[in-house]
Parts: sequence; structure tokens; C-alpha cells
Amino acid sequence: MSNASLKQLAALLAEGRASSVELCQDYLARIERLNPRLNAFITLDPERTLLEARAADARRARGETGPLLGVPIAHKDIFCAEGWLTTCGSRMLANFVSPYDAHVIEQFKRAGMPCLGKTNMDEFAMGSSNETSYFGPVKNPWDVRAVPGGSSGGSAAAVAARLAPAATGTDTGGSIRQPAALTGITGLKPTYGLVSRYGMIAFASSLDQGGPMAPSAEDCALLMNVMAGFDARDSTSLERPPEDYTRELERPLNGLRIGLPREYFGAGLAADVARTVEAAIAEYRCLGAETVEVGLPNTRLSVPVYYVLAPAEASSNLARYDGVRYGYRASDYADLTDMYERTRAEGFGAEVKRRIMIGTYVLSHGYYDAYYLQAQKVRRLIAQDFAEAFQQCDVIMGPTTPTTAFDLGAKSADPVQMYLSDIYTIAVNLAGLPGLSIPCGFGDDGRPVGLQIIGDYFTEAKMLNVAHQYQLATDWHTRTPEGI
Amino acid sequence: MSLSLDEVKRVAHLARIRIAADEAVRFQAQLNGILSLIGEMQAVDTTGIEPMAHARDVYQRLREDAVTETDHREAFLAVAPQTEAGLYLVPKVIE
Repeated sequence: MSNASLKQLAALLAEGRASSVELCQDYLARIERLNPRLNAFITLDPERTLLEARAADARRARGETGPLLGVPIAHKDIFCAEGWLTTCGSRMLANFVSPYDAHVIEQFKRAGMPCLGKTNMDEFAMGSSNETSYFGPVKNPWDVRAVPGGSSGGSAAAVAARLAPAATGTDTGGSIRQPAALTGITGLKPTYGLVSRYGMIAFASSLDQGGPMAPSAEDCALLMNVMAGFDARDSTSLERPPEDYTRELERPLNGLRIGLPREYFGAGLAADVARTVEAAIAEYRCLGAETVEVGLPNTRLSVPVYYVLAPAEASSNLARYDGVRYGYRASDYADLTDMYERTRAEGFGAEVKRRIMIGTYVLSHGYYDAYYLQAQKVRRLIAQDFAEAFQQCDVIMGPTTPTTAFDLGAKSADPVQMYLSDIYTIAVNLAGLPGLSIPCGFGDDGRPVGLQIIGDYFTEAKMLNVAHQYQLATDWHTRTPEGI
Repeated sequence: MSLSLDEVKRVAHLARIRIAADEAVRFQAQLNGILSLIGEMQAVDTTGIEPMAHARDVYQRLREDAVTETDHREAFLAVAPQTEAGLYLVPKVIE
């Protein structure tokens, strides 16, 4: 049962062959057994989970029939959930019990999906390996010597080890797609503005976007039906009519035009990842797709641009952690400034401090034009690359990451090396486009490889169709790590 | 462009983050590594390119000038480090 899809779990519940309480108990038992090895969860509260499960069962007993009613889910600890400890992976919020629900949490509650727990993550979503979490690193279920990726590494590991049938994530520069790739699951970063940021703790507001993580594209489509939607409390939430993200799943791929960016297959791409991704693209040709080479010439600039814009926005967003209204406050201080400085020195980890300091510097007097304004201009060039590429193709495909999961500690001493591991994912956030990663095989080290599918704005249903048709023809998404 | 040790300390102060002397040295090397990465985008010719502030062209919505929020005062004060009589407490700032 642990390898059941959301559709199968929903059927069990609908046919009365299992209750939500039973499903939650099964997953909680798996978590109890396997989480000590993986550290995928920061907070578990079985009583609260079962309370929510009983409520879902009661709703069904009253005749309700929501498509995912009673199916449990895990939430990244970046989403504020009323009554749950919501830490964002930081000492700064290690004692913060949220007094309200994020819009995403409200949506899942409305759908009747109990929360199995809050998943581990890089501190304030800043990291690509989950090693910056105040609560310790997450281990990759495929090989506990490897990182699961980040920043949604806890969600990815939880789904990969089937400790949860699905999880939420957030993606600012690859934080859903990169860990999905490194743990062999499916993860979707929607078009910017489709999923409300209300109650989703802010990192870089012009880039942050929540999305689903689950074994399959079909699961992600069902989750998008719950997560997406207009919310007036997020000023960048898009007012669009509701969509059924499953509506195109069954369409054949005949005539699909796949763009292959030459910049995604050049120097820096590991040979085993290249081989695996090329085999996946060959499978797409068998399914009736055509391929065309496209150019995204400004790709190499995406990492430098991101490390101006994201830290600049972060330095502003994280100014709120001052020890006054919530979270950590230093115990000894001489005056107000001293209280701020000690609170932030003790509450934030090294990576968060680095990014706040970079952001403070690039926004400071005399440097704004040279850094921030220039980065915003190059950001437009990067977005224009995609607009031109989509003249020639329906979707873009390439590797999600240049290598399979690296070892714990391998890049933690050198921030720049860590940043460069997001070379294929960052440009998508800068452009605001949707991006999807699906498992497509394994590298020479036996660790998973992800295929990235990038779509034009608002083409999630099409992208999920493209992913689903591949998953009908292959079984990478049903593979699970040994001993799990 | 690289930061001197004094500049690192100034930036840390602007960001309201206390850093010890040995930490400042470590941050200096790391921040300069990041700035040299950032330097790669500075040479790009962007004459005539409009800055892109947001992923999508968004505009601020207008709403009715009406009360929409309910009172959460107690819930919000309950998570604060130090409060008294419905107020947040901070060290004295005015003599």
C-alpha cells in the first residue's frame, strides 16, 4: 500500500476499504520506523494528524466525496499551519507555533487532506542540499551518504521513502525540481502567481512559488487542483478561472515538439546524467514527439543574476526577524540595536547570514545600479530567451541537475560550487515559467536522474500530460529505494 | 569588486548581524567569492533593456476601503518573546 498512487488511495477511501485514520496510522508507523534514518520531518504530531483524519472520515460519513478527501499529505515547514510548529528550518523560528494557516494549508484542509507532519528544509529555503537546516541534514533514501537536494529536501525524501504519499514544496531557484530529481520523484514548480504565497514564509518574493511533490505526474495534477487558485491576500496571485490539471493527461504525444537547449547539454553535464536524459528523450521520440535544437544563450548568466536578486529580496524579507514580534530573541543585550544584532547573529545560520549580507550590500547606497538594476535587466534577457525558444517548440527538455546527488559535506565549504549546481533550474524562476522534474533513470552511482520539462506560461496541464505519457510507458516513478 | 574587512563589518552592521572578528575574515572570503560570481553579469551590454522587476507583469489590485481583518491581537501577542498589557516590550530607546 505504501507505493499506492493518490488515485489508488482515493479509491480505497471511496470504496470504504480503508479509512483516513487507517491510512494515516500506516504512514505514521512508516515515519516512526524510517524517519530516524532520514531526518525528513522536523515536526510530528500524531494526535493532531489523527484528529484531522477523523474529521475527514466524518465528512465522508456525511456523504462528502472530494477527490482526495482523507488522503494524507506532508507539508514543507515553510507553510504556516495553525497550531503546528512552523520553523522554516531555522533556530529563529524554532519556537514559532503559527497562529494562522497559509492559503495552501487552507486549501488542503478544505480538501480534507490530513497533515502527516512538517518536513525538513534548508534554513529559510536557502540551500541546495538540506545541509543548512538548523535541525540537521536530511539523508537521501537512495543512499544515506548522499544529500536529498534542497531546499525542499525533507519533502522529497519523505515522498521517495514513501513516508507520505505526497508533499508540498516551494521553489525559488530549483527547490522543488532539484530535490525531486535527486530523490527520484516528480515535482512541479507552477507558473509564478498560480499558487498563493500567503502564509508561505518569504525568501525572494518575486521568485518564490509553491508546488506539489509526489511519485507521479498524475499525483501532481490532482494536487495542483487543490493548491492553485486566486487569493486576494497575495498581491501577485493571478485571477484566472479554475482549471482541471488532469484534463490533458490521457492525450497522445503525436506531433509534440520538444526543444532541446544546446546550453543544457554542454560542458559541466556529467556523462551518466547526459546519457540517461538522452535515453528519456529517445523514449519521447518513440511516443511520437519530434525534437528541435533551441538556444538559451543567457543561461550562464542566470546564476549570477539570481545571486543578486534573491539575496536582495531576502535581505528585505528577513528584516522582520528582529526578536520583537515572534521567534527567537537573544537573552543578553545592552540596548535595542544590540538586541537586534545578537538576536540575528544567534538566530540565523551561516548561509542565511551570507545571503542577507550580499543582499544588503547590493542594495546599499552607490551600488544599486551596478548590481540590482543590472540584474533586473539581464533577467529580462533571460526571459526573452525562453520566449524565442517557445516559438519553435511546445516544451523544453533537459537535465534537471548537472550531476546525481552529491555526498553530504561535498559542497558545504564552498557556497559558489553549491550555487552552480542549480544552473539548469534558476532561469525558469527568473522568467516565472513552470518547470517539472520527473525521474528517468539512474546514474553510474545508482542515484536517481531527473528529466526537466519546462513549459510556456500556464501550460501546466500540457506539461503534466507530457510527463504522464512517459510514466505510462516507463516505470522509473514506481521504483523505490531498497529497504524502504 | 571585492570587499575589505571593514566593509564586511559595515555591511554586517547594516544588516543588524553581530559578527566576531574571526567570522568577519571567513565571511570576507566567502562574500568575495559570491561577488566574483556576480561579476559575470556586470559586463553584459544592457543598453535599452527595461529592468524586469517581476516574473509576470502584475499590477496592484484595488479593493473596497473597508475593514476586512478580524482582531487577532491575542493570538499574535501570544507568540511574541516579551509582552505586557497588550504591548510588545523592547529595550528602552528614549531616555
